[in-house]
Amino acid sequence: MNAEPLLVIDDLVVEYPAKGFGKRPFRALKGVSLDIRPGECVGLVGESGSGKTTLGRAVLGLAPVTGGSVRFKGRDISHLKRKQRRALSDEIQVVFQDPYSSLNPSLTIEQTLAEPLRVKKMSAADASKRIRGLLDQVGLPANSADRLPREFSGGQRQRIAIARALALSPELIVCDEPVSALDLSTQARVLDLFKDIQEATGVAYLFVSHDLAVVRHLSHRVAVMYHGEIVEYGDGGQVTSAPEHPYTQRLLLAAPVPDPVRQEQRRADRRRLLESQREMEVQAGVL
Amino acid sequence: MSESASTPTPAVATELRAARSHVGRRILRNPTGLVALIVLTVMVLLAVFADLLAPMDPSKANIQDVLAPAGGAHPLGADSAGRDVLSRLLFATRFSIAGALWAVLIAAVIGVTSGLIAGYYQKWFESVSVWVISIIQALPGIVVLLAARAVVGPSIWLIMAVFGVILSPAFYRLTYTAVVGVRNELFIDAARVAGVGDASIIGRHILSVVRAPIIIQAALLAGIGIAVQSGLDFLGLGDTNVPTWGQMLSDAFSRMYQAPILLIWPSLAIALTSISLVLFGNALRDELERAAGKPKKRRRGTAAYVPDASGDAPVTHDEERADDRATLLQVDGLVVGYDQPDGGVKQVVNGVSLTVRKGEVHGLIGESGSGKTQTAWSILRLLPAGGRIVAGTVSFDGKDLAHLSENAMVKIRGRRIAYIPQEPMSNLDPSFTIGSQLVEPMTVTLGISKAEAKERALALLGRVGLPDPKKTFDSYPHEVSGGQAQRVLIAGAVSCEADLIIADEPTTALDVTVQADILDLLRALQSDLHVAVLIVTHNFGVVADLCDRVSVMQNGRIVETGPARSIFRNPRHPYTRSLFDAILEDGAARGPLAHAADRNTITERSAR
Repeated sequence: MNAEPLLVIDDLVVEYPAKGFGKRPFRALKGVSLDIRPGECVGLVGESGSGKTTLGRAVLGLAPVTGGSVRFKGRDISHLKRKQRRALSDEIQVVFQDPYSSLNPSLTIEQTLAEPLRVKKMSAADASKRIRGLLDQVGLPANSADRLPREFSGGQRQRIAIARALALSPELIVCDEPVSALDLSTQARVLDLFKDIQEATGVAYLFVSHDLAVVRHLSHRVAVMYHGEIVEYGDGGQVTSAPEHPYTQRLLLAAPVPDPVRQEQRRADRRRLLESQREMEVQAGVL
Repeated sequence: MSESASTPTPAVATELRAARSHVGRRILRNPTGLVALIVLTVMVLLAVFADLLAPMDPSKANIQDVLAPAGGAHPLGADSAGRDVLSRLLFATRFSIAGALWAVLIAAVIGVTSGLIAGYYQKWFESVSVWVISIIQALPGIVVLLAARAVVGPSIWLIMAVFGVILSPAFYRLTYTAVVGVRNELFIDAARVAGVGDASIIGRHILSVVRAPIIIQAALLAGIGIAVQSGLDFLGLGDTNVPTWGQMLSDAFSRMYQAPILLIWPSLAIALTSISLVLFGNALRDELERAAGKPKKRRRGTAAYVPDASGDAPVTHDEERADDRATLLQVDGLVVGYDQPDGGVKQVVNGVSLTVRKGEVHGLIGESGSGKTQTAWSILRLLPAGGRIVAGTVSFDGKDLAHLSENAMVKIRGRRIAYIPQEPMSNLDPSFTIGSQLVEPMTVTLGISKAEAKERALALLGRVGLPDPKKTFDSYPHEVSGGQAQRVLIAGAVSCEADLIIADEPTTALDVTVQADILDLLRALQSDLHVAVLIVTHNFGVVADLCDRVSVMQNGRIVETGPARSIFRNPRHPYTRSLFDAILEDGAARGPLAHAADRNTITERSAR
């Protein structure tokens, strides 16, 4: 009953060359496998250095793939030439974490949004109409087009970045921590926007975040990364509330609950978990 | 010689490129820039219209007019060969300026192009170009020019072309640094993913950043070009058929005792042009750097700013149980403002009052721009430049910190009130070991010996949960992780036995699992040392974990305050409620992708 996957990542290895001769390259991804179906949101959780951002960049063709494959609609896109990769722009898009450096400060919103449309040789009149539609879709006033990024707040800039990603109606958007830099209430609204857009357009997301709660809110399935590997992958509700892997368990209990009474309980749970895991390690070492 | 030209910093230009559009207009309002621009324009006009303006042929020698004084047919006199000085001066302007521009043009084309390619693509081109550029820079310029003169003959264009190559490293380095600075910006990546071609990215996103520094550099190098070109001609190495300032100077020099006045004209032209070019470059840089605009200093005698601390009183929750702990910190009606360029004051904290009792953990929660960090900084009196406490009192242990002298504040900070920052890494000095950064404050504030301080530091590093205190003590900050660095800063904060610790988002920059460990550590230390903590955060989880009392801030005001449990159980202010509603922790998971099969069949159907 499952739909044919849109994106299949198979045993992917990414290595960054080390500075200096003779040094071993840094292996950011150690054989990662993942698949995303059309219209699905797959959440990718991990802490800094786990390789979650690298995985997103590898899908976008921005990281050096040294092994394995990334297949999009059955075609391997992990080693495309720049020109072939550019042709994929209307199928795979991106929303970055930092809403401040992801928009060129000297271009107006219209110029930024027109860029992908111009590449696809859209006429100026059509592009202008499309931009108006996009701004409306992400909930920004139509008069935003002539303004510069600095006139907008973080949440509004992220909406602009989402509009840019949607401009060519892609089938997959890689979202790299898109709400981490935002305030709590803004974060909730932007997440709802992501959800609404997905329901309206059927676009698939690879949603990278360090925040289990954010991923749980938006993802159909969740993958947990640790030291360049996926340690747990499955149904979003399952992974984020009753995880099986020891690392995911630690991750879940580490996030403080916004309730003093339940947080006290969670603190105790976490202490017990850490102790039992330590005991198991000791036993494994003894055996 | 190219190094002697002061290089404009690309970083400054990068930051301010958004304000660039106004630079052209502002340089006209800058007196130096305006004068330099006028002189340069006049020079260029004279050069362009030399044919029309010159009274006679600049090369026509008249034996009767040798060294003729000014007046009559020769407004500026005649030179040693009886040629008209004014005509020669006008044509010399044309050739000297054209020669300098030619050199700068060649330098810019070579330097900027290779700098853009090397900076954007890097890889082998970068290594090769760095070698080539370094070789060019290592060659002594004048020697190369003299050698080139011997090989190619006395052609002004060929010589200046060689000089252009010698100047090109200046453009290369400038462009390369600027490009490397922006190529990792996310908007470049976004443009690549959007399918924009490399040429378009370089032209649109990168060139716009490096344009201003290149113009500045070109102006400075043109001045050098004129000086070098004149120098070569003065030495008699130039083309004698082409009049230049250097040649006129050389000719006048040989007749210095007969007609000293002849020296004046070429010298004046060289000096005026070179100075104008340098001043124009400097004015342009000044305007770029000034784009942000400095706030005006408050002048004595101007009407004092009247702070506005009006607004609704915060929703206050009742105490759950009697609390007889003495008040340690009492902030009353605090107003913090920043001086604006137009002379006004922008208020960021609008009348905050809060109480921290001895040994209590007080959470200050709010979103960005709510004024929570400004409140914390003003208690420490560490507001950034332009910020000041406009009204209100901060009484700490009987003293009003808002009005204390800076010297008295120094004795309070670190010793009585300690600080834990948000970014652990940027708050440790990378050039000193962690140990020395812990020992020094202790010897100063506690007046103990170095050996004693070291012993205490080692004990503290162990206490904050570092596995190998000795090793951390001897490490430099870059050798430890972010979580360990935060433990070090916590050790530093408790090292001087402060009564109050102000922690500004102490776990925001850390991973979740590390955050949990740091929260555990803070809780354990707090209960051991009975120190009061004012913790600034945006995370309700952190507040729930640590705090006895909470104050919720919005738009520079406290809207709700009271015991943590009471507020979490029953938030009463609409803003607090909206924050609680935005929390995702308790929300339902989205569940598996529904109708995946249906959706697939629909697309298949529509495809048919």
